[in-house]
Amino acid sequence: MSTPTNTALEKEHLAHHDHVHDHDDHEESFVSKYVFSMDHKVISRQFLITAVIMAVVAMVMSVIFRLQLAWPGEKFGFINAMLGDKWGKDGILDPNMYLALVTIHGTIMVFFVLTGGLSGTFSNLLIPYQIGARDMASGFLNMLSYWFFFVSSVIMLSSLFISDGPASAGWTIYPPLSALPEAIPGSKLGMTLWLASMAIFIVSSLLGSLNYIITVLNFRTKGMKMTRMPLTIWAFLVTAILGVLSFPVLFSCALLLIFDRSFNTSFYLSDIYIGGRPLDHVGGSPILFEHLFWFLGHPEVYIVILPALGITSEIISTNSRKPIFGYRAMIGSIMAIGFLSFIVWGHHMFMTGMNPFLGSVFVFTTLLIAIPSAVKAFNYITTIWRGNLQYTPAMLFSIGLVSSFVTGGVTGIILADSTLDINVHDTYFVVAHFHIVMGLSAIFGMFAGVYHWFPKLFLRMMNKKMGYLHFWTTIVCAYGVFFPMHFLGLAGVPRRYYTNSNFPMFDNLVDVNEIVTVFAIIGALSQGIFLFNFFYSMFRGEKAPQNPWKSNTLEWTTPMAHIHGNWPGALPEVHRWAYDYSKPGKDKDFVPQTVPLEPGESDEGGH
Amino acid sequence: MNLLVLLAIVLLIIAGHQLLRVIELSRGLKKTKEWQVSDHDNNLMGKALLLFMIVFFGFFFWQVNRWMDRSLPPAASEHGVKVDLLWDANIYLVTFIFLVTNFFLFWFAYKYRGNSKNKADYIPHNNKLEMLWTIVPAIALAFIIIFGLKYWNEIMDPASAEDKVVVELYAKQFDWTARYPGKDKKLGETDFRQISGSNAVGLDTLDMNGNDDVLVKNEFHIPVGREIELHMRSRDVIHSAYLPHFRAQMNCVPGMITYFKFKPTKTTAEMRKDPYVVKMMAGINAQRAKENKEPVEFDYLLLCNKICGASHYNMQMNVVVDSKADYILWMAKQKAVKTLAAKN
Repeated sequence: MSTPTNTALEKEHLAHHDHVHDHDDHEESFVSKYVFSMDHKVISRQFLITAVIMAVVAMVMSVIFRLQLAWPGEKFGFINAMLGDKWGKDGILDPNMYLALVTIHGTIMVFFVLTGGLSGTFSNLLIPYQIGARDMASGFLNMLSYWFFFVSSVIMLSSLFISDGPASAGWTIYPPLSALPEAIPGSKLGMTLWLASMAIFIVSSLLGSLNYIITVLNFRTKGMKMTRMPLTIWAFLVTAILGVLSFPVLFSCALLLIFDRSFNTSFYLSDIYIGGRPLDHVGGSPILFEHLFWFLGHPEVYIVILPALGITSEIISTNSRKPIFGYRAMIGSIMAIGFLSFIVWGHHMFMTGMNPFLGSVFVFTTLLIAIPSAVKAFNYITTIWRGNLQYTPAMLFSIGLVSSFVTGGVTGIILADSTLDINVHDTYFVVAHFHIVMGLSAIFGMFAGVYHWFPKLFLRMMNKKMGYLHFWTTIVCAYGVFFPMHFLGLAGVPRRYYTNSNFPMFDNLVDVNEIVTVFAIIGALSQGIFLFNFFYSMFRGEKAPQNPWKSNTLEWTTPMAHIHGNWPGALPEVHRWAYDYSKPGKDKDFVPQTVPLEPGESDEGGH
Repeated sequence: MNLLVLLAIVLLIIAGHQLLRVIELSRGLKKTKEWQVSDHDNNLMGKALLLFMIVFFGFFFWQVNRWMDRSLPPAASEHGVKVDLLWDANIYLVTFIFLVTNFFLFWFAYKYRGNSKNKADYIPHNNKLEMLWTIVPAIALAFIIIFGLKYWNEIMDPASAEDKVVVELYAKQFDWTARYPGKDKKLGETDFRQISGSNAVGLDTLDMNGNDDVLVKNEFHIPVGREIELHMRSRDVIHSAYLPHFRAQMNCVPGMITYFKFKPTKTTAEMRKDPYVVKMMAGINAQRAKENKEPVEFDYLLLCNKICGASHYNMQMNVVVDSKADYILWMAKQKAVKTLAAKN
């Protein structure tokens, strides 16, 4: 499947390669090598480290608001130390700051960690490596993609330091709350910065996604048919397509909001009386915003989860020493999920006043998604069935992902049913659902990916024992935090309440909130194990061998060095699918994709 | 004192650094690398995963046992009873799937934990199995969809009863106002431009239908056994009228009117005698006693359930469900807008 472009690149590279040998060193400045690099491996590391920093910020925020929810009115030196006297006077969290924290926590986690961080890191690292390409189709656009991401991260973080506080209308920023500075202080400059940051983020995401799609379609090495691609690549490809189709809608959604805020248009606003006067806006509708927002918002959750599922497919198969079960069904379900994700957005809007008939259509399409999701879950379980499971930290996190995907997925069946949604809509039942199915699963997938591909990222190995400790504290605390929230939802506790103490009907739920917060604090502290392991191993970890996990995919055939163009000689040729583990009649329990088929040997990927 | 703490931290860092050095140096002496997964590791982790499943399921049942009877009381509305029925059917089904799937996952994780003597089976796919777990969920979902939509269409049916009671819930940052149509059974037209201190909900002064409308704050009454048709409006941002005991909820959106209707089946007085509620209130009052707060009685509530600003967490209104006779008496005591205006 070598394209003209690829061949041209190949020739150019070979020439370049000879040139390198003549001089025996690379004449690249520090800036072009580590800062404005166009190398997919460097860009991948840049995305990862930025995302890790953003994740720490979002996690500290969650600890602050969890303290408030468990012990409202108590004074915490920690809160005062983090937020200062303005937002944490005497160690008590300010109600406006509470809303700002939940807003920015959600925004950072969904967009900066689990979209930019997850796709940015692993699509960049693995697409060229696993399809056998020298680099991304456009190294320059790829570099721009990271730097737009960086700028948008900086703008988002800078909004934490302005006098009115950051955006605080919830991560879904529904107008009019987000449109009217009179409604909430966070809708002043904070919201402007939020919108600016997201607009730049979308540019970053689009540049990245277009690059991923083009690279996967055009730059596969000889023999790498679509049906021989590892499931990681399939997941990244579909994710990128979802991003290209849905992020522009978020852009227009945000743009109209910018118009309403700054240029007095009325796309989303009508009949509003606030701050002691009626506003001029007539004829707009907040429902329009909700439609536009969720047209991105729902594919977005699959943009978050699909890469994690792709990563774990690869890790579970490798560490079960067994082919992924139902490779084609897995591809089919990735595509089905991708397609369906575009026609289900209305299930976020059953209670918004949207026509109930429209609601019923969305009930139908939404529940259909359960089918490919179930196929994926069962295929994972069948993959480990009769395997020879190697418990690397990455494998443990992958098992954790399957568990949380199922545990959080089943409550989706409840919420997709509009009748049942009436009473739990916007309650903690929803918070529990999406944190488990999307938050935990995706973050587990990300951890799994980091542990598994750390040797390719930093040429060193992470510490296994610390990895084990990190996994166990994380999964125990994660379920300890999010499982009890279902019961808050059953008691009718609305989300985004600064405190529940104004309602006697919630007084008997104090212990639930305390348990959640205790787990949240321990869970947050235990991420220190990961951070230490991550940064320590980056510099002092053991040197990685060629193929530590005895894996089949192409990235493990490149030398354990970061060289320009990935392979020193010719690009490898692919002869089989990626999942020939424990194939009968072979002496080893893995057969890399570069090993030619023996006469008469069948290949699962070659049809 | 601070100096001592600083010194201790510095010493700790040096000790940690030395420890790491020792570990790093001892690496070279070992045959197997730290990162390599041994049979011992696999055995330990496999067993740990099984243990985790037991603890996880134990935690699940512990929570159900401890917190289930703190969930909302049985529905106090006609459609709510059906919602609860459907809820139960679905929740039992998904709990079953949750338990069975997690069981197989962790059981296999334990049973097939790696061993250097073993080899995995080569099972790339099995069309029959894959058909099975495509078709079975599809059938189960068909039932879920059919029943869900049946109830949904009933609940959202726009047709309304002859003797319905219309109540408008008017939301603003951060309180609720209820408006009744008065004797003419017609809510007066509104215009947001006419909102003022004495015209809080923006009644259109040109529309005579509004003259006998009744406005109440803090608490509104509705009769038992009659259909209540809620009309919802908002003055500023999106709010959501959430009446959890009736299984009723609808957003209040500026610029439009939204609707929800339900028929209450138990008066507030009856609800206060309901065994489930009595037990629940005992628990709530026990907790309040611990915090030196006054005991409370059960009340139906209207909550705001859409983020609306700083005091979102305190935007509430009491709801009282009266017997039909009591409701008429209560309504007779309310003053119409026009009378109020005349007084002013």
